[in-house]
Amino acid sequence: MRDRLEALREEAASSIQAAESLEQLKELRIKYLGKKGELTSILRGMKDVAPEERPVIGGLANEIRSAMEKQLDEKESDLQEAALKARLKEETIDVTLPGKQAPLGTIHPIQAVIEQIEDIFIGMGFEVAEGPEVESDYYNFEALNLPKEHPARDMQDSFYITPEILLRTHTSPVQVRTMEAKEGQVPVKIICPGKVYRRDDDDATHSHQFTQVEGLVVDRGISMSELNGILLSFAEQFFGMELETRLRPSYFPFTEPSVEMDISCVMCGGKGCRVCKQTGWIEILGAGMVHPRVLEHGGYNAERYTGFAFGMGPERMAMLKYGIDDIRHFYTNDLRFLRQFKTL
Amino acid sequence: MKISYEWLSEYVDLEGVTPEQIAEELTRGGIEVDIVEQRDAGVENVVVGYVMEAKQHPNADKLRVCQVDAGREEPLQIVCGAPNVARGQKVPVALHGAKLPGGVKIKNTKLRGEKSQGMICSAKELGLPEKLLPTEQTEGILVLPEEAEVGSDVRPLLGLTDTVLELDLTPNRSDCLSMWGTAYEVAALLDREIWLPEAPAAHPSGKTKTVAIELDAEEDCPFYAAQVVDNLKLAPSPQWLQNRLVAAGIRPINNVVDVTNYVMLEYGQPLHAFDYDKVTDGEIVVRRAQPGEQVKTLDGVTRACDGETLLITDGTQPIGIAGVMGGENSEVTESTTTVLLESAFFAPPSIRSTARKLGLRSEASNRFEKGVDPERIVPALQRAVQLLQELAGGEPASEVTVEKMGDVEDVTVQLRHDRLNNVLGVQVKPETVRDVFRRLRFEMEERDGVYRVRVPSRRPDISIEVDLIEEVARIYGYDKIPTTLPWGQQSPGALTREQKLRRVVRHTLRDAGFNEVLNYSLTSPDRLKELPPLDKGIRPVRLNMPMSDERKVLRTTLLPQLVESAEYNVHRRQEQLAFFELGRTYITEEKKLTELPQERWELAALVTGPLAAAHWQGNNQPVDFFTVKGQLEMLLTRLGVQGIAYRAAELEGFHPGRTAEVLLNGRVIGCIGQIHLQVSEAHDLEETYAFQVQLAPLFEAAVTDPKYAPIPRYPSTTRDLALVVHQDVPAAELESAIRQAGGKLLVDATLFDVFTGKQVGEGKKSVAYTLTYRAEDRTLTDEEVNEVHGRIVEHVEAAFRAVLRQ
Ligand SMILES: [Zn+2]
Repeated sequence: MRDRLEALREEAASSIQAAESLEQLKELRIKYLGKKGELTSILRGMKDVAPEERPVIGGLANEIRSAMEKQLDEKESDLQEAALKARLKEETIDVTLPGKQAPLGTIHPIQAVIEQIEDIFIGMGFEVAEGPEVESDYYNFEALNLPKEHPARDMQDSFYITPEILLRTHTSPVQVRTMEAKEGQVPVKIICPGKVYRRDDDDATHSHQFTQVEGLVVDRGISMSELNGILLSFAEQFFGMELETRLRPSYFPFTEPSVEMDISCVMCGGKGCRVCKQTGWIEILGAGMVHPRVLEHGGYNAERYTGFAFGMGPERMAMLKYGIDDIRHFYTNDLRFLRQFKTL
Repeated sequence: MKISYEWLSEYVDLEGVTPEQIAEELTRGGIEVDIVEQRDAGVENVVVGYVMEAKQHPNADKLRVCQVDAGREEPLQIVCGAPNVARGQKVPVALHGAKLPGGVKIKNTKLRGEKSQGMICSAKELGLPEKLLPTEQTEGILVLPEEAEVGSDVRPLLGLTDTVLELDLTPNRSDCLSMWGTAYEVAALLDREIWLPEAPAAHPSGKTKTVAIELDAEEDCPFYAAQVVDNLKLAPSPQWLQNRLVAAGIRPINNVVDVTNYVMLEYGQPLHAFDYDKVTDGEIVVRRAQPGEQVKTLDGVTRACDGETLLITDGTQPIGIAGVMGGENSEVTESTTTVLLESAFFAPPSIRSTARKLGLRSEASNRFEKGVDPERIVPALQRAVQLLQELAGGEPASEVTVEKMGDVEDVTVQLRHDRLNNVLGVQVKPETVRDVFRRLRFEMEERDGVYRVRVPSRRPDISIEVDLIEEVARIYGYDKIPTTLPWGQQSPGALTREQKLRRVVRHTLRDAGFNEVLNYSLTSPDRLKELPPLDKGIRPVRLNMPMSDERKVLRTTLLPQLVESAEYNVHRRQEQLAFFELGRTYITEEKKLTELPQERWELAALVTGPLAAAHWQGNNQPVDFFTVKGQLEMLLTRLGVQGIAYRAAELEGFHPGRTAEVLLNGRVIGCIGQIHLQVSEAHDLEETYAFQVQLAPLFEAAVTDPKYAPIPRYPSTTRDLALVVHQDVPAAELESAIRQAGGKLLVDATLFDVFTGKQVGEGKKSVAYTLTYRAEDRTLTDEEVNEVHGRIVEHVEAAFRAVLRQ
């Protein structure tokens, strides 16, 4: 009996070791340890064993049972681990294959730049005002100190619809419209982004339709140094760098004095490059102190209040900021262009 | 305006100041200098030569062998190909080692066996502006004036040592359309001396000729001066005068015409010379034209006038269009010996409108349009007469005859010192202000911090206090204005609700894969017809004078251009074509606008082909109606808009079976559907879907501030409901019937399956919903749910003859 038990121990140990799958292992467990298993069937012969030997044989049988159980458990855990490993190995993918990107569109760069400009001025206490694109001659010209036959009307050759109605040539009409709506309240602090139209042939630097952002501040005691200060602060925020400004006298019928503002070149930092034509300066906007006649047209006493106005072109700002070389790109809607601005 | 530095230096002390420095000062002072151009364009070592002999080249028909005295010890032998070279001429000779414009270098050489020690130059080879020169100076070699000194540098002779500054003048600074005006400006900026010699009046010595001036259009011409000069000998002007005209970009013609142009450049006062013998009785009548009256101008074109055209007539017939162009019948010709010189003030609006209507813009009209200085009218005339005496042998044959309505007075403008400082935001010292006015040569009285400034008539741009503030600022220097931030009452900045929501729309669509486009507001009526707006009875706003057929009307809808944007990109092999545009449409019912059209913000979006990029795992399905509808629904969800419904509709340009009107609380606010195949195919597009909605009603309905509702405390129960109904029953109606019958306990009905086929029968469809039931205050029992569910079934069975599908 002892021999049979020893033989069983040997046989079981080697078959468990040789098991290749969890099923096989389960079968072996039944085969050796089940109710009808081989160990039980050997132990049935206990009655034939001499009584004094029974405890010894019994002890041996228990020892063999627990050894078998331990081997089975160990093997099971090994096989489980191997199976998991195999599965993981099988599930391995090429992680360098391209992902399935959710489609991401774009905001038009001009619109994105307008939003940037709006946000900067909102941070400085400005409201965003809007006005009609089809405008009366009065608001587009006359209220801005540009009576009919004024030579400066030539500067902005216009698309007329009737003798009194035209496509606005600038966003400046919103100045007088806003002042009228404010009914003499101060401060007036607005910017007005929008589309404008001029009779220009479309080329690399001209477009018959483009955008402008107009600004207007009216209050008591507004001076040119504040115009200078606000616009410097704007330009530094917009271009994200420290800049210098330079005012040059210019002419707009609706401001007096009128200036053009240059900033130190954002490309070369003022050393001189192709973009700034070696001058170190680039022109970014026109501005000036609101002409007294315009204030009066808006219902403000020009003796009591002063103000400044400015106008800039988002196309130009975008071209400078992103290095775009041709204004026509903005209106061609070529995806190869638009998709370069996914981060805006 | 082109300013010759050499000429300018006759009037202003420019010692030690380079042209570049003047350009810088002018630009900083508000007169932008576009170009500073050296006239010599790189010419070196070209001298005056005398052609002693010009013989036929022995080996070449078209070449001449010349012996030229160029002031060297020996005459030079030069081979020349120009047919006009001849013995006795003075010519420009490029010596061995000379440089010509464009990097050309001249060396001694041999031409067909004959040595050639240099080159005789043409005007072009010297870099002279050919367009401005008379043909006799541009054909072949340039023949120099007889008095040219042999061996001397040709550059001073031809004005090539000069530098020209090209001013880009703003319309207010027409005073700088003259040498004198520019001299005042430069003198003020540099604080230099100025000398402006005036010509005295010349009186006739012998028999005088009659001049009678009549002003019949006082408003258009309040001031007219004339003088007759006779005994003229027409000839080319002296070289120095020609040089100055050419430097200014004006073509020399003959001494008489050149003098009028020269004085125009000098004084800013355009003059005109009529052939006196063609002016009947020496009479000048300035009047408005009769409508339809015709004038043949000296360019040979017959011009039709209207009632506003201002004419110069001799009482019998027009002899010129005032301020714009003279008439052919009174033109100065080679046979002219007597001229009537005109110097006048023509009102800017009149000249501007006539020049515009006739499409005639000239140096003269440009100055009249901006207003000439009345104080220079007579001096300019006198100056011209003086020059005609000097250069054309002329003699005054009448007194200066003047006809004018009233006198021009100098304007006095006050400037308060405090105001100056307040507007500029800087403390300017009184002595600085005084100094500025001294430099500008404005007379000024000062009292109690107020400057009373007499503004000369040459500066009509200055009429109110701020104009003087600008003068002080620009002479004082804008660079002295500091940067400060407004200290006044602070205001909160913000976008309006609509502006915020427009951003939400943009950003939501961008995040959903759409690309924003910006199309032109101007388009062609035909393009709009392809996919017309929903509104009936509206008319596109039409431009009065469009630049092209492509840009004739304002758009009334955004979709047609989105189709074009897609087409443009398809032709460039782009994929994932999803576009949107937020823009205004311009709506009116008027045929001729009497009031501004309605400008309506709209959103349009268009998708064609697969929305996702091609991927190695596949599944980049082409877009379909429900994908695009889902995108619109997503946007509406983002905006918190409720009450949207879709109603099948047949719309022009859309697929008749795949298009819906979008309704908000029963009102049509837009449409969605497949672009009609005829349209999409015409633009090379695959199946294309689009929608367009008005933003105002959407934004009105938008609720973007959520209201918290408690999380349900009791569980819900779901039941599926599959119904077979007639194919034409809209799912939306079925759903709303289910919801209505379900009452409060039915919290959701989700359609999860639709199919047709033999199993459900001809003309039928099966529609399956998952219905979710829940009560707020208890867990529903099976009996309760069964009861509601049963009620729903009964209701739809009755209302749609629906059959429950097992
Ligand atoms: Zn630079």
